[in-house]
Amino acid sequence: MHEWALAESVIFAVTEEVKKENLKEINRVKVMIGELQQIDMDIFKFALENILQSSGLPVNMEKIEIEIDKCILKCKACANEWSFSEAVKELTEDESESIHFIPEVAHIYIRCLECGSPDFEIVKGRGVWIDYIEGER
Amino acid sequence: MDPRLNIINNRLANIKRIIAVSGGKGGIGKSLTASTLALSLAGKGYRVGLFDLDFCGPSDHVILGIEGAGPEEDKGLIPPEIYGIRFMSIIYFSGNSPAPLRGGEVSNAIIEMLAITLWGSLDFLIMDLPPGIGDPVLDIIRLIKRVEFLVITTPSRVALSVVKKELQVLKELGMSIVGIIENMKVKEHSSAAEEFGDFGVPFLGSVDFDDNLETSLGDARKLLETNFARQLRIAVSVPLQA
Repeated sequence: MHEWALAESVIFAVTEEVKKENLKEINRVKVMIGELQQIDMDIFKFALENILQSSGLPVNMEKIEIEIDKCILKCKACANEWSFSEAVKELTEDESESIHFIPEVAHIYIRCLECGSPDFEIVKGRGVWIDYIEGER
Repeated sequence: MDPRLNIINNRLANIKRIIAVSGGKGGIGKSLTASTLALSLAGKGYRVGLFDLDFCGPSDHVILGIEGAGPEEDKGLIPPEIYGIRFMSIIYFSGNSPAPLRGGEVSNAIIEMLAITLWGSLDFLIMDLPPGIGDPVLDIIRLIKRVEFLVITTPSRVALSVVKKELQVLKELGMSIVGIIENMKVKEHSSAAEEFGDFGVPFLGSVDFDDNLETSLGDARKLLETNFARQLRIAVSVPLQA
């Protein structure tokens, strides 16, 4: 259910930006979600829709696009690159859930598939961010 | 745009005072101070939160003897209340495993936890910071404008020289400083009181080296009865009132 907290932060940030830019209409909002976050998309959309209704923002769900950014990991020790979808196969349910809450704990549970190092970089596919907001003043 | 940054101060809106326990060196008693301070304030009837931000070396749970607890999920994470303290730590997600995190990752984890933790209404949130003036301290300064620093040192010249650098940074950035506490004092003379006498930061007092402290670790009740806890309560009794 921390999808709700993330959805709330998205709506809060859009509201702040709309005020700052003095937007009267919003044509499109694009939200990116890193694969590492392992968001339950149904819960996230349900939360967004509910929070939107009470936010007063001039936008509905049809204008909000959500895209998953595939997660790539790169070992700092041997430069091997691999995907989170490969790494996740090795994880237990509890480990996977811990990464869902705090993605950085991936460094505790994931090791480089080549050399076994925990010193890897999350090249992409981490976090939740607003790619753009299109609107009219 | 990272939406987590926008929501952080909103999450902390119902907390009267946010105290970051900090100090340049490791092993000078920051976690003991933060944990004991949280216990003492809760004992006075204040609503208190404790957030262990030392992700690479979390230890507040060891000091307080917390095992098997975890946050409740309800539109975010609600920290469990233990000994009257709402306690948040990375250990809920890392267990007893080491967390080999680089600076940027520590930053991201701090932002994530600040964005999803629902503290509710508190009189005090005590933040236990890791040693140094690296990413976690700079993140707290950047993200939480009304944070107040409680700076810990020991009488050692090594600790004093490092803590002086931290104080210079805090003063330069215009941060609010509750004061300095000298921990592990072994001689009558207070090196820290002398060192910081004209530094423009309140010197709150000294806490003697406590031989019996180690045997009280892991037992919140015994910890509160130590000389360490008693002297700490005296040092903060005036500046830390909600």
